[in-house]
Amino acid sequence: MAMNDPQWGRKNDGPPDLDEIWRRLNKRFGSFGKKTNGGGSAPGRLPPIGGGIIILIAILVWAASGIYIVDASERGVVFRFGRYLETTQPGPHWHIPWPVDSKEIVNVSEVRTIEVGYRNNARNKVPNEALMLTDDENIVDLQFAVQYVRTNPEEYLFYNREPDIAVKQIAESAIREIVGKSKMDFVLQEGREEIALNARDLMQSVLDRYRTGISVSQVTMQNAQPPDQVQAAFDDAVKAKQDQERQKNEGQAYFNDVVPKARGTAARLSQEAEAYRGRVVAAAEGEASRFVSVLTEYEKAPKVTRERMYIEAMQTVYTNTTKVLVDQKSNSNLLFLPLDRLISGSSSTAGNRAFEMMTDNFSDSNAGGDGQTMGDRTRDAFRVRDRESR
Amino acid sequence: MKTSITTALVSIAVVLGLVSSALFTVDQRQNAMVFRLGEITSVKTEPGLYWKLPIIEDVRFYDARIHTVDTEEPERFLTSEKKNVLVDSFIKWRIVDVKQYYISVGGDERRARDRLNKTVNDSLRAEFGKRTVYQVISGERDEIMELMREKVDVDARKIGVEVLDVRLKRVDLTQEISEAVYRRMEAERKRVANELRSTGFAESEKIRADADREREIIIAEAYRDAQQIKGDGDASAAAIYAGAFKKNPDFYSFYKSLEAYKQTFSDKSDILVVEPESPFFKHMK
Repeated sequence: MAMNDPQWGRKNDGPPDLDEIWRRLNKRFGSFGKKTNGGGSAPGRLPPIGGGIIILIAILVWAASGIYIVDASERGVVFRFGRYLETTQPGPHWHIPWPVDSKEIVNVSEVRTIEVGYRNNARNKVPNEALMLTDDENIVDLQFAVQYVRTNPEEYLFYNREPDIAVKQIAESAIREIVGKSKMDFVLQEGREEIALNARDLMQSVLDRYRTGISVSQVTMQNAQPPDQVQAAFDDAVKAKQDQERQKNEGQAYFNDVVPKARGTAARLSQEAEAYRGRVVAAAEGEASRFVSVLTEYEKAPKVTRERMYIEAMQTVYTNTTKVLVDQKSNSNLLFLPLDRLISGSSSTAGNRAFEMMTDNFSDSNAGGDGQTMGDRTRDAFRVRDRESR
Repeated sequence: MKTSITTALVSIAVVLGLVSSALFTVDQRQNAMVFRLGEITSVKTEPGLYWKLPIIEDVRFYDARIHTVDTEEPERFLTSEKKNVLVDSFIKWRIVDVKQYYISVGGDERRARDRLNKTVNDSLRAEFGKRTVYQVISGERDEIMELMREKVDVDARKIGVEVLDVRLKRVDLTQEISEAVYRRMEAERKRVANELRSTGFAESEKIRADADREREIIIAEAYRDAQQIKGDGDASAAAIYAGAFKKNPDFYSFYKSLEAYKQTFSDKSDILVVEPESPFFKHMK
């Protein structure tokens, strides 16, 4: 029979069991006496051996019923006539057997767990317990576990009828009180640890006030979420946060792409300018010094040098170009020159034609006839045309 | 001889029987009351072994530990702004005056519970009616609990009971209001999400524009510097040219012209139509 049964005292109304046994024992004992030597255990006479043994055994059995063993994780609490006598440490013990002493064993090491807002698994929610209101009148969905130990066996036994149930009631009450004073964002995010700690402290203070002999070792938040009904919206907000970060990062990536490139372009511009300056200056210096050298020689014999330079230059010019010599004065007729043909022809087969032209020129100059020159030119033009049509 | 032994045994048995019915123990966790033919003669609050008159006196035991009254179903209360809230509370109580307890509720725990429950409900109703949901949930929760304890305790004393604590376990909104709260929470999240997204976009745009600006400036500045450098180069080149050419401007003009002719007419596609009047052909005539 459990000691915390409210009815347990009633049995003490009268211990008829013992009476009954005693009476029966006496009766037997009497009958034994009758059989053996017709005498009881009257003072001064040796009791019969059979009866004596039975009495001895009965006393031994009674005495042995007071032996009990307290496990390493437990403490024994002994009462004498209902009054607390002592608390016994682990090991074998003996107390005066019933009806004088009684004992209760309390496990003081086992860590017990109660689950609030869920059963067995954090997914198996109990909405009634799990949903609670926050300070900003939002609703959150919490699952947490409370671990406790019965540290004080005397208090645990003496002052509360159902200390273990009280833990759960107090846990619910405490967490709701703490959550009710916190903002939702705090509960769901950075405040989880703190809320668990505060709840633990509050629970402990209430448990101490009731003298339950229980100490809460830990309150662990299994899960802190917005309710299922609004989960999607919350997820989206979290996603939005990610989007925001992503967009920022993309912007930054663009920045990191564009600006260094611009720096590169700037460096190129600057180097190109430097190069230009260097080139221009160097060219100027070169040309100037060349001019000065030529000038020095020119001043020694201006007329000859001038003539030579002119002819050399003109020779270079005429050598490298296509030319048409026209004696305008002796021929006043309109002259037809298919310039476009000449240009395209010269560009397509430049080398070949240059040679031809050159030989033409020579023959022209040798012949010296203006008309013939003209005729030759025309023929030349036709030749170009032929080549193209081919 | 036989009879005397039997008589002795019987008398011992009778004495033991009487003794055992005259003795009772009161447990550490109990209070006991001794009734003599229905009349309370003594109250035992200390644990230990006690005597009573056999047969005419009988003893009743009461649990002196802390009891709990926990309402099974949450009660509905109206707050001052006429919102319904569901409240689940529990009461911690214990018997302090067994005699009073027996007299007023007949020692019946169920009656005591009902009585306490009713008192708590009544005063909760009163307290909630004075307060808003916010105050009930957050601001004045402690205050309400303490107030309730005091109030209920005063009443409980009349039935020999001490109320140690009245604690609000659950204070929830009713289903309909909860739905409204969910809608509001959803809208709020949506707002937050939109805000986050648009600020993200804004930030991104800012950074991009910044990058573009930076690029423009860098390039423009580089262009400026480059032009300066080029101008520098041109200037010094001009100075160098001038320094050399001014020694004989006339010859320079001739010299430069010749250079220019050579460079200008350097390709076969350049066609010169010349007349023999040119000085170059003076010997050709």
